[in-house]
Amino acid sequence: MKKLIAMALGAVVFAGVTATAQAGTLEDVKKKGFVQCGVSQGLPGFSNPDDKGNWTGLDVDFCRAVAAAVFGDPNKVKFTPLSAKERFTALRSGEVDLLARNTTWTMQRDTELGLNFAGVNYYDGQGFMVRKSLGVTSALQLNGAAVCTNTGTTTELNVADFFRSHKMQYEVVAFEKADEVVKAYDEGRCDVYTTDRSGLAAQRLKLKNPDEHIILPEIISKEPLGPVVRHGDDQWFDIVKWTLFAMVNAEELGVTSKNVDEMKKSTNPAIRRLLGVEGKFGENIGLTNDWAYNIVKMVGNYGEVYERNVGPKTPLGLARGLNALWNKGGIMYAPPIR
Amino acid sequence: MTTETRRIVFYRDEMLPPKPPPPATTGVIGWMRRNLFSDWWNTLLTFIGLYIIWLIVSWLVDFAILSAVFTGEDRNACLPKNGVEVGACWAFVNARFNQFMDGFYPTDQEWRYLLLYAVGIVLLVPLLIPKAPYKGLNALLLFGAYPLLAYLLLYGAPSLGLPVVETTQWGGLLLTLVIASVGIVISLPLGILFALGRRSELPVIRFLSIVFIEFWRGVPLITVLFMSSVMLPLFLPEDVTLDKVIRPLVGVALFAAAYMAEVVRGGLQAIPKGQYEAAQALGLTYWRMMGLIILPQALKLVIPGIVNTFIGLFKDTSLVSIIGLFDLLGIVQSALSDPKWSTPTTAATAYLFLALTYWLFCFGMSRYSIFMERYLHTGHKR
Repeated sequence: MKKLIAMALGAVVFAGVTATAQAGTLEDVKKKGFVQCGVSQGLPGFSNPDDKGNWTGLDVDFCRAVAAAVFGDPNKVKFTPLSAKERFTALRSGEVDLLARNTTWTMQRDTELGLNFAGVNYYDGQGFMVRKSLGVTSALQLNGAAVCTNTGTTTELNVADFFRSHKMQYEVVAFEKADEVVKAYDEGRCDVYTTDRSGLAAQRLKLKNPDEHIILPEIISKEPLGPVVRHGDDQWFDIVKWTLFAMVNAEELGVTSKNVDEMKKSTNPAIRRLLGVEGKFGENIGLTNDWAYNIVKMVGNYGEVYERNVGPKTPLGLARGLNALWNKGGIMYAPPIR
Repeated sequence: MTTETRRIVFYRDEMLPPKPPPPATTGVIGWMRRNLFSDWWNTLLTFIGLYIIWLIVSWLVDFAILSAVFTGEDRNACLPKNGVEVGACWAFVNARFNQFMDGFYPTDQEWRYLLLYAVGIVLLVPLLIPKAPYKGLNALLLFGAYPLLAYLLLYGAPSLGLPVVETTQWGGLLLTLVIASVGIVISLPLGILFALGRRSELPVIRFLSIVFIEFWRGVPLITVLFMSSVMLPLFLPEDVTLDKVIRPLVGVALFAAAYMAEVVRGGLQAIPKGQYEAAQALGLTYWRMMGLIILPQALKLVIPGIVNTFIGLFKDTSLVSIIGLFDLLGIVQSALSDPKWSTPTTAATAYLFLALTYWLFCFGMSRYSIFMERYLHTGHKR
């Protein structure tokens, strides 16, 4: 009887041990037939499962875009939900090929941890939310305020830096979970709620009267969030990096998932190069020449993905702001394909 | 004339029927007078207690039923109506119910784990009823064949026409039950072995058992889980990854085994030395002595402790949600991040649902253990 249990266990373990990641990530990915993508366990608008169990969000769509570039099929991707603590281990040990988990690009992560950031797919920053009835219009008027925040995150340190550098007094009311923080803020235990601005927009939906609260204009930290790969595989790094650039370039050139087929007939050389009508840009990075066509056709350009997941028409309702294209007041900028 | 004096003697040959006790000391009223209103202090406490219960129950009934929202497509259904906050947002739980039950298990394959549940119940229930026959065969099926069947059904076997469902798609209650039942099934026999090992007279076995038990008891489960998910992949060769579900499965099982070993050891120590000596005098070998004389008595004594460990294990499975596994708690928390459903009451509703589900399972286990204790209570009443 025990032998049977042992055998069953052995079979499970054996099935669990599978070969992954050697030198060429692209080859490995092609061989196994899907991109293994590390995402957040649940972050509104960036990666969360919907009612049907499908993953949705800005980061998730980026994973799909990479799959579309490699395979011409956005569904050839598997998602590994990762906690913040295990995400880098999972990437470095080869458990995931790509990490798109709202990870802030910092020097230490980019260098010491042996990671490469393939760009920025969302410029976030820490902000403040207050009650309209407080009559505050700028974070500089918050002297003496009680500030609600999560414990043990950089948000707490950022607040400390901000208030100290402006010589203002404040009082921290910190909680472990975001749900507790928003509850405390809603019950009036503090005047200000601070976290990343995308998070503020998401937590605001949990307030009793979201309309009675405003997000102040000040941004007190830089949180460039982007997809990450491991050191040591430049080809894969290029593919991930240019997937993001292709999405931004497509938006800039006005190529959307709806008009991409007509755009193929365009005379604009930039569009022709993007969609693989001219040049061999896809083949040069180990893909097919219609790689960017597939991304735009199947997932969409950056603007479409943004609007679908976090834009003004979604419950989150985040305006483009910094994430608008460089020629529309934002800082989203992609090198040209040529 | 005989002077026969008829002595008139009267005696009752039956007792007077006892008079009913004063109505104020029996029944519900009597019980209440004795226990709730015996003096002014108790009376005061009773009223305070009643008031607190009233507060909780009325709030719960209002939140969970009266002002709750049962149907709806998205968050708009559960938003405050005309400035009045609504109660529980059951529409959310309803929309996500399938996900809470099985995570991302493909919908067209759901019959597989439902079938597994059904077979499990059919095998388990007769085993739990003391009078049901064929215990040996039943146990063999449950502990021998059933794990194999579970593996085939849950994971799949393409050769049998069952497409593979990767463990990353397992989740919700299904994953919780898998981790808990594997933990329970492995930890009990393993724990018994280690308990015997710790009391063994062979120094190497005793030493190894002590090392094992003290190591696993000395580290918190959360550390074990972190080690298994964060450190282990770095030690393994680069082309080997251990399945994400296997890691905590092994961790939880070994962890529970160490606790179980100490519970069983407590039972072993309670058995008088005479029992050992009597068994040895009969010429029984070590394993027969343990299997026939000592363990049946010892295990019976520690049923509360064993069930305690099981219940603890069942609840501890929720810790795996911090290493990115979507067990019942993990999937609920991840569902809470969907902006489509964020409202002031969604989180409270989801946690209420969670608490109810966990409570049902734990309460079931504890009731069964009480039943078993009473059933086996032969001759040890003191």
